[in-house]
Amino acid sequence: MIRDITLGQYYPGKSVIHSLDARTKIIATLLFIVELFVVNNFWGFLIAAWAMFSVIFASKVPVGFIFRGLAPVFFIIIFTFVINLFMCDGKVLVHWWIFTITYEGLRRAAFMAVRLILLIIGSSLMTLCTKPIELTDGLEKLLKPFSKLGLPSHEIALMMTIALRFIPTLMEETDKIIKAQQARGADFESGNLIQRAKSLIPILIPLFISSFRIAQELALAMEARCYNGGGGRTRMNEIHFRRRDAAAAIVLILFLAIIIASRWI
Amino acid sequence: MSIISVQNLIYEYVRTLEDGSTRKYRAIDGVSFDIEAGSFVAIIGRNGSGKSTLAKNLNGLLVPDEGRVLIDGMDTADDDLIWDIRSRIAMVFQNPDNQIVSSIIEDDVAFGPENLGIEPDEIRRRVDEALNAVGMYEHRMKGAHMLSGGQKQRVAIAGALAMRPDCIIFDEPTAMLDPKGRSQVMHIIKQLNAEGITAILITHFMEEAQEADRIIVMKDGSVYSDSTPEEFFADREKIKGAGMAMPPAVDLRERIADRGVDIPEEIMTGETLVDYIVEQVK
Repeated sequence: MIRDITLGQYYPGKSVIHSLDARTKIIATLLFIVELFVVNNFWGFLIAAWAMFSVIFASKVPVGFIFRGLAPVFFIIIFTFVINLFMCDGKVLVHWWIFTITYEGLRRAAFMAVRLILLIIGSSLMTLCTKPIELTDGLEKLLKPFSKLGLPSHEIALMMTIALRFIPTLMEETDKIIKAQQARGADFESGNLIQRAKSLIPILIPLFISSFRIAQELALAMEARCYNGGGGRTRMNEIHFRRRDAAAAIVLILFLAIIIASRWI
Repeated sequence: MSIISVQNLIYEYVRTLEDGSTRKYRAIDGVSFDIEAGSFVAIIGRNGSGKSTLAKNLNGLLVPDEGRVLIDGMDTADDDLIWDIRSRIAMVFQNPDNQIVSSIIEDDVAFGPENLGIEPDEIRRRVDEALNAVGMYEHRMKGAHMLSGGQKQRVAIAGALAMRPDCIIFDEPTAMLDPKGRSQVMHIIKQLNAEGITAILITHFMEEAQEADRIIVMKDGSVYSDSTPEEFFADREKIKGAGMAMPPAVDLRERIADRGVDIPEEIMTGETLVDYIVEQVK
């Protein structure tokens, strides 16, 4: 279960993409997501997909590994596809019983599915190629200007570091609780949707309690390691904006221009 | 020279009862002892004897209600000295999962020195050195969730080591590990102690306590016994009085002695016991 989720995971490597400044990658990913919503025809997606695959190949992360990350969200993609497929008026292609598939529906469904897939792969690509600590350091630096307005940028970054670190731990914890409850006769598989949702309560409550306990222990361990807030901290790997980041920025701007232009194809 | 000096330490927990009233509960009741720099001290005792609370008082995670704890002459109650104290007296906890802060091993080891505001190059050096000392250098780029319990605990030790402490307190570091992980962690503790780091091991495994050169036994918040392992494990009544189980080899020796065989009391480990029996059989 845990191995399937590539979102938030890191794939160690030494590629150009890996060595870019985390800030560049965060901004690039944000822009990429925005661009996916700017696109209004398949040519735009083709260009976006081509750009994304070039980045994947440059990052040397196995394509299969990235696509496996889609498995847990596969249901959502199918769901969106089906909903869009049947819920659109227009030129009728197929009509059977109460189901009607229209040309517009098919087009929109495919559109949404492609958009979602590109969105998920694009954002998981960022975490795959960036060490979590660099990612959060980058975020901290990007948010720094706002700390004058009272935004706790260091704390937000630390929260993200810890959240990323504890995703697998909490997954394991959930697995353990599910097994423990099943051993006591809990049934998670039968019943209607409401009954199933209710049966999750005996999982969620112990999970909450144990995450509070984990938080307490972690806080103690951090204090023992001299953590006392963001002031006076240094970093083992300072992140630097280098020439390759400038090059990436130029490529990014070009890409943005092409995508916007693609609206009029 | 003593690195830690505990003087008449009293520590109380405030517990809220079901009816909402509060009651004080004395976890540590008038404890005094000194710990010599470079020594290896085991603190043992049953659950609830106060050994873990005592450990947290030794680096200022808890501050005494009465009495004092001095680290190299620095009082743990002094807020200005607390970070200095904690960088010298590092701590490794029981649960290997809940003390690792960053996803990637080497970033986690760097957490302590980063908090101390050390220069990046120096942090890099310390992290590499600490990871080598615990034999985890080749795993440095891995995710914490990919490691076994024993490996995670070794990473936690590296995290403590990277602060270059004089002393490390191990609070039941092997309690959640499998036998292999336990022996690896014990091996590292002994090795670090041999290199001059003062080691304080809180444990309820008698075989582990035997490795120390001094055993402090806690019972009901007080020091019940403070002696060398040889003295402690020679006294069956004392072990029983502390509510502890005898180490297997000592138990076997005692039972042999009970049958009327004259067997030297210095025998405390499985190894020496086997040697002795083989000698006799020949």
